[in-house]
Amino acid sequence: MILDVASWLLLLAGGFFVFAGGLGALRMPDFYTRAHASGLTDSMGTILILSGVALQAGFSLAGLKLFTILAFLLLTSPTATYALANAAYFAGLRPLLPPLSAETDDRKTR
Amino acid sequence: MDFLGLYNYWVFALLLSTGLYAVIAKANLVKKLIGIAIFQSAVFLLYITMDKVDGGTAPIIQAGAVDVIYSNPLPQVLILTAIVVGIATTALGLAIIVRISETYGTVEEDETQELDRE
Amino acid sequence: MITLFAVFLLTLLVITAFGIVRAQNLFVAVMLAGIFSLQMAAIFFILDAADVALTEAAVGAGISTVLFLGALALTVDEERPRPSARFLPLVVVAITTLAVIYATFEKPRLGDPNAPVHMHVAPWYLENTPTLIDIPNVVTAVLASFRGYDTFGEVFVIFTAGIGVMFVLGTPWSRLNADDVPSAETHGLRHHLIPRVVGRLLVPFIVLFGLYVQFHGEYGPGGGFQAGALIAAGIILYALLDGEAAALRAVPASWLAAMVAIGPLIYGAVGLAGIVLGGRFLDYSVLATDPVAGQHWGILLIEAGVGITVTGVMVSVFHAFAARASMR
Repeated sequence: MILDVASWLLLLAGGFFVFAGGLGALRMPDFYTRAHASGLTDSMGTILILSGVALQAGFSLAGLKLFTILAFLLLTSPTATYALANAAYFAGLRPLLPPLSAETDDRKTR
Repeated sequence: MDFLGLYNYWVFALLLSTGLYAVIAKANLVKKLIGIAIFQSAVFLLYITMDKVDGGTAPIIQAGAVDVIYSNPLPQVLILTAIVVGIATTALGLAIIVRISETYGTVEEDETQELDRE
Repeated sequence: MITLFAVFLLTLLVITAFGIVRAQNLFVAVMLAGIFSLQMAAIFFILDAADVALTEAAVGAGISTVLFLGALALTVDEERPRPSARFLPLVVVAITTLAVIYATFEKPRLGDPNAPVHMHVAPWYLENTPTLIDIPNVVTAVLASFRGYDTFGEVFVIFTAGIGVMFVLGTPWSRLNADDVPSAETHGLRHHLIPRVVGRLLVPFIVLFGLYVQFHGEYGPGGGFQAGALIAAGIILYALLDGEAAALRAVPASWLAAMVAIGPLIYGAVGLAGIVLGGRFLDYSVLATDPVAGQHWGILLIEAGVGITVTGVMVSVFHAFAARASMR
């Protein structure tokens, strides 16, 4: 019973973070802020949802596999977000910041 | 009207038509190839829909369990091979598109036809 | 509850397909196709097809995206804009859709246990696999043993596609030299330290997982095709991060050519061994004194052949596209 309630709470919290990440990925004004918002899904969403499911599985082989998947996702998803932002920066996309002065305004932000 | 029982098939019809539209209406060769991939995926969806049995589980026989309903393994075997064959033929199609692009300088179908007529 | 989720996923699938057709930038279309494959994998899993879901995720969302991106790097990036949708194709497509939807009313409902497809051969396979072949995964049993001849043909299709790509692109294995391709340092993979470190950490585990899936295919979802795609994805990841030269030093082109050839050879050899030992072609029961043990041996060997073929072909095709790009 306690386990079920805890699982529900974790899954709902994880769902909220995924929703927030998705909303941010759609509504943020700039590429870098959008990538930052979708990073919410990578970290908090993954941890909460997978631990909510792992509570249901308990100390079994399924629980161990879930923990391994969590470790793998925590390692790779933020790296992918970083690689995306890095590639965008090297392609010339600059963040939507006010220019420091007129001479340094070389940005294309879309 | 058994909506939930037939929804899979309607999705199959919509995906089929989307893939077909991409193949016949788009002029870009890469788009056509992606359309063929969507068409193939629609057919996979149709076959796998047919394998589900109410209350069934994946056809992996657990030792010692009696009276368990299993879903049909046969369409899964067919689609397993179909997926890998699909990617193999897509790879070949992409290689041909690369050569066409280098020879004609474009991958738009009407431009290649015009260049052929010259 | 799960039906609601399935309906939601199916709707999302149709929306993604529309997005793919409407996208003008081909890069966007390829990315959406990857998302499409992942949604298909989730739907397959909900429909109890675990093996197929694994294959679709590995092959469709993984290898297919990489191959499309490789081809896009060699061709154009955007589709030439067209005037709005053409009338005649829309009419043809609409008529086709209505005809198919009209036909679906005759189909058995989803999950109907009395549908004709569940009546004839499938119950026989489900009942007789424990006695004849004795492996838990019925899909692998049917794929490798009962319908082994079809799988043999499919291995040859993959083999032919591999050789076809190598010849069409003009980069046979003899030309894939580690010294001829630009190394990572000169070809713009600098400043990517974090992905390189994480990628190098992950590649051995990906290959290990691929081997696990290969040999565990008899007890759970898995098998040769999925394992081949996974190991190929690991090697392709290494090539993307550390440069093609490093990947060609790690897995030389001669090995790839050998893998592409040895896979079907193993499969055919097992088949001929059946004839030599007194049975029929691809009859595994004669491979050992106990027929069930013979079946196990046969399935193990041919799955290995399938895995080797798929790995070799996928990595070779990737190197062919990459070498063509550097030839320009």
